[in-house]
Amino acid sequence: MDAIYDPAMTRQVPVVDYLVIDDGPPHLVGHRCDECGAVYLERRNACAACGARTFSPTPLPATGRIESFTIVHRGAPKHIGPFVSVLVRLDDGTYVKANLVGVPPAADAVEVDVSVRLVTYAAGTDDDGTEVIAFGFAYDETTAPAQG
Amino acid sequence: MSDDIWIIGTAMTPIRRHLDRDVLDLATEASLGALDDAGVTMRDMQVMAVGSQFEPYTFGQDVQKQIGQTGIPLYNVHNACATGATAVRSVLMEIRAGEADMGLALGVEKMTGSSPPYRMAPPKAGKVFEPEGRDGHVIATEGVLGTGQMFGVFAQTGTDYARRHDGVGFEQFAKVAEKNHAHSTLNPLAQYQRPYSLEEIMSAEMLAYPNTLPMCCPTGDGAAAVVLVSDAKLRTLDPDVRRRAVKLSAAVMTTDPYDPSGFAHPDVNTLTRNAADQAYERAGIGPEDLDLVELHDCFATAELVHYDNLRLCAPGGAGEWIDRRAPWRDGELPVNVSGGLISKGHPIGATGVANLYEVATHLRGEAGDRQIEGARVGLTHVIGLGSVCVVHILERGAS
Repeated sequence: MDAIYDPAMTRQVPVVDYLVIDDGPPHLVGHRCDECGAVYLERRNACAACGARTFSPTPLPATGRIESFTIVHRGAPKHIGPFVSVLVRLDDGTYVKANLVGVPPAADAVEVDVSVRLVTYAAGTDDDGTEVIAFGFAYDETTAPAQG
Repeated sequence: MSDDIWIIGTAMTPIRRHLDRDVLDLATEASLGALDDAGVTMRDMQVMAVGSQFEPYTFGQDVQKQIGQTGIPLYNVHNACATGATAVRSVLMEIRAGEADMGLALGVEKMTGSSPPYRMAPPKAGKVFEPEGRDGHVIATEGVLGTGQMFGVFAQTGTDYARRHDGVGFEQFAKVAEKNHAHSTLNPLAQYQRPYSLEEIMSAEMLAYPNTLPMCCPTGDGAAAVVLVSDAKLRTLDPDVRRRAVKLSAAVMTTDPYDPSGFAHPDVNTLTRNAADQAYERAGIGPEDLDLVELHDCFATAELVHYDNLRLCAPGGAGEWIDRRAPWRDGELPVNVSGGLISKGHPIGATGVANLYEVATHLRGEAGDRQIEGARVGLTHVIGLGSVCVVHILERGAS
């Protein structure tokens, strides 16, 4: 309980295994079907599109566009509160669901069909002091058109 | 003689929070009601199927012990919100295969008195992160990686439609709930039977934008049943039974074909379109021939996108269609005159049989205050998320 906090000693783990945080900039990695190229985020035994049985890891782009959203109020985890859920189509056509971060949970704050970029943040710590790194998407300031 | 399949009996319980009745009470009322309605008994049944999403093990056999143990084949069916429709299909297929000429399909669910099983567990306190599951998650992902909750998933399906088509927004979705709550005021079997103003709906508690509380189906208990017969068997029955018989002109089941977005967010559109198109083709009937539709409005956003998926409105025109009140009971094609899942209620296993009860009752001219006058052709639709879709087309008997 009296351990001295030392950032250099803080161990980090990704929220899910398709988030890579220890090999360059944080990014997602998919399982790409060796036959038809379909990409899955979760481990698969065989390809739902073509039935092939071998896959290769493939890094995924960090940018995409929002296709749909909702703002969940009822049933949102208490320690999180209302949150914005978005379906993002990454630039390579892979779909991923995550939170839109950096905006208030209000319908007029959310835009669809706009560019977003993957961001990561610490989402909690376990009893051993290991930090979990989650990902979400934020409006892509580098490509967003000038406002006003 | 043909391979047509007919409904000769149907019944459903009121949908309520039946705190004083157990699931067997509800199952018995619907089953015996359907048998009585057809003028037959369990001794006439050659096959039975019982759909319930939450009852375990050999629940159907427990029902038989209440209504008649005659030793016939029995299917216990689970298929999400299409559970009841899948029970109907199980009986239909036995008849079509020539294994039976008459059978009973029951759908039932008791949802009160237990918490919904799909509610996500919060992260456990006092824990060391260990990867779990096929995605190797170390904490609960609900609220971190978006939402997988039903009302949130269907909300996103709605905002996706709104992105792709003009004239669709919060107000159009809310108008769906306004209509269904108005319709249920005429249905004594409905869980809710009071009107809600558009303003009241739009200012109610937001569950998941754009679905407010009265835009979401309630939790309730209920059961519904149908008795099915072959065409050959129908010809041997009393004239009164034949006169009230309703033909199942199409019965189509689909699951979702591969789509690159499917694992991130369930696609409820493609499998519905596939089922509808196959049903229209098999029945030789088009959407313009329909007199009423009972579709799967688990949430208001779902109903709106299914206007388009079932080809009821012009492509992309679901917003304009609800704006001009086309799916109201006095509109060009009444949709969910029962009140729909939003207002009639949605006991999961019962739903895919209760919609057949509703349409058959109108086609027989027996729907009382909510009767759609002169109805001859109707369509039912259910979706189980994951996904499975069943579409039926029903026609009033010729004689």
